[in-house]
Amino acid sequence: MTNEELKIKLAEILPTATIEEAAEIGPGWITVNVEPIEWLAFAQQLRKEEALHFNFLFCLTCIDWKTHLTMVYHLRSTIFHHNIVVKAKLDRDKPAIETVSHIWRTAEFHEREVYEMFGVDFLNHPDLRLLILPDGWEGKNPMRKDFEDPVNMIRL
Amino acid sequence: MEGFGEVLKMYRKTEIINDSKAPPAEGFGEADMIINVGPQHPATHGVLHLVITLNGETIKNVEPHLGYIHRSIEKMCESLSYRQFIYVTSRMDYLSAHINNHACALCVEQGLQVEIPPRAQVIRVLMDELTRIASHELWLGAMAMDLGAFTPFFHAFRERESINDIMEETCGARLTMNYMVPGGVMHDLHPSFQQRVKDFMQLYKSKVHEYDEMLTGNIIFQNRMKNVGVLSAEDAISYGCTGPTARGSGVSCDVRKLYPYEIYNTLEFDEVLETGGDSFSRYMVRVREMQQSIRIIEQLIDNIPEGDFQTKTKAVLKLPKGEFYSRVETARGELGVYIVSEGATTPYRIKFRSPGFSNLSVLNHIAKGSKLGDLVAMMGTLDLVIPDIDR
Repeated sequence: MTNEELKIKLAEILPTATIEEAAEIGPGWITVNVEPIEWLAFAQQLRKEEALHFNFLFCLTCIDWKTHLTMVYHLRSTIFHHNIVVKAKLDRDKPAIETVSHIWRTAEFHEREVYEMFGVDFLNHPDLRLLILPDGWEGKNPMRKDFEDPVNMIRL
Repeated sequence: MEGFGEVLKMYRKTEIINDSKAPPAEGFGEADMIINVGPQHPATHGVLHLVITLNGETIKNVEPHLGYIHRSIEKMCESLSYRQFIYVTSRMDYLSAHINNHACALCVEQGLQVEIPPRAQVIRVLMDELTRIASHELWLGAMAMDLGAFTPFFHAFRERESINDIMEETCGARLTMNYMVPGGVMHDLHPSFQQRVKDFMQLYKSKVHEYDEMLTGNIIFQNRMKNVGVLSAEDAISYGCTGPTARGSGVSCDVRKLYPYEIYNTLEFDEVLETGGDSFSRYMVRVREMQQSIRIIEQLIDNIPEGDFQTKTKAVLKLPKGEFYSRVETARGELGVYIVSEGATTPYRIKFRSPGFSNLSVLNHIAKGSKLGDLVAMMGTLDLVIPDIDR
C-alpha cells in the first residue's frame, strides 16, 4: 500500500482524526492525531484491519509540553512495513487514556514506565504499578518538566 | 515436624509479600513460595531483581523489578547538547556502545540533513560489526557459564579481547567508545587497524569450529536448551521482541535489511532466521550472526575508501523544530532514538526505545510452567543487559 492509499484508509476508519505527513521523521511516516477517547477503538482497528495490520508497537512514550501531555505511539506492520505515529493529547492535571496492553502486549511494560515517569493513568491496565522507581514513591513524576531533584542532580 | 512447618511458613511469607511491588495475591496457593533472584545474583549479569513465585520447582510467575541502575539518561539528555548526549548513551548498552552512538549520530544527522563521507560510513559499519561480534562473544561465554560450562568463557574472551584491543587502538577506549559523532567519526583509523582486523578474522576462522564442538553439538547443552522457553512468532511480535530473540522465533526484523542505513543495502549478508523459538534457536541465531558479521567485515576491510572521516559541521548544533526517529540494529535488537526538538541546542525530549526493555517483558510469558533451573537458560538467551533496560 502506498502512503496515499494508507492515508485514505486511515481517514476512512477515523474521520475525526487529523492526518499529516511526517516528512522530517523519514519517508513513509504518517502522523495521526486522535482524541484520547477514540484511541482504543482506533487501536483495535489498526490491529485488526487486514489491509493495515499494525501488529508491532515498537515505541510508546509521552512528552510533557508544560501545558499538556502528548502520548506517542509508534506502530508498524511486520507484513507491509509501513509506519505510523499516533498522538493523543492529554490533560496535564488529570491525564488518563485507555490501555492498549491487551492489543499489543509490549504496552504493558511501556505503559507502566510512562505511568510512573509522567503520571499518566492507563485505564483498565491489568497491573499498573511502579516498575523502575523505588517503593513508596508518591506524587512527583520524574520525567515531567517541572520535576527537580535536589539530591540526585540530573539537570545541568 | 511441627517446628519445621513453622519455619517453612516463615520463609513462605517473606516480607516481600507486603511490598507494593509484590505479585498479586490471587493465585498464590498454600504450597507456593516466593524466591528472590538478584539483584546481586551472578546469573542476572547486572542488578536485575526477579521475584519468582514457585510451586515446588515449577515457575508460576516471574516478576522483574527494575531501577537498581536507573540513571535517568533520558532526562539527563534534555540538558545536554547534541554533541554531548552521545557520550551518555555509551553507558546504556555498554556491550554495543558503538551502535548506540551510531543511532544517536544518525538521528542528529537526519535533523541536520547532512551527508557523511563514504569513508566514515564504511568505518561505522566496520565498527558496528566488530562490536556485534564482541557482544555476542561475551554473551556466548557468559551464557555457557550460567549453564555450568566454564571453558567456553575463556574461548569466547580470547576473541573478544582481540576486538577490544583493536577498539582501544582506534577509539582510545575498550567499552565506552564515544567514537561516532554527528558528521562522521571522531578521528581517523589507527594505521594498523586493517592488519589487526585481518589477523583477528584469521584467528576467528581458525577457532570458530571450537564453539560447535564445545556447545552446539554437546548433548548436555542441547538437552538444556531445546524446547526451553518456547516463544511463538505471534507472541514475539506482540511483546515487541526484536533482534536475535525474535529472529529465533522466525520473525524477520533485522533493521539492517528492512530499513537499511549507511551502506548496508550494498552489502551481501543474510538475515539469520531460526524457526524453533526455543532457547537453542536463539543460541543458533547469535552464533550464525557472528559469521555474517565476519562476512560483512571481509567485504569492507580491503575497500575502505580514502577521503574525509568527518564532514564539517557547526561547533554548536541546532536541530530544526520537529521530531526525528532513527533506528539501528544493535547486538540485542532494534534501538530507536526519538528526538523531539524545539529548535534549541538541546533536545526537548528524547526517548530511547531500548531492545532489552521489550525483550525482558517476555520473560514471564516464556518462563511460566517451566522449571526454575531452566530460567537461567531463558535469561541467558534473551541476552539481557541491565543498563540498557533501566537506562
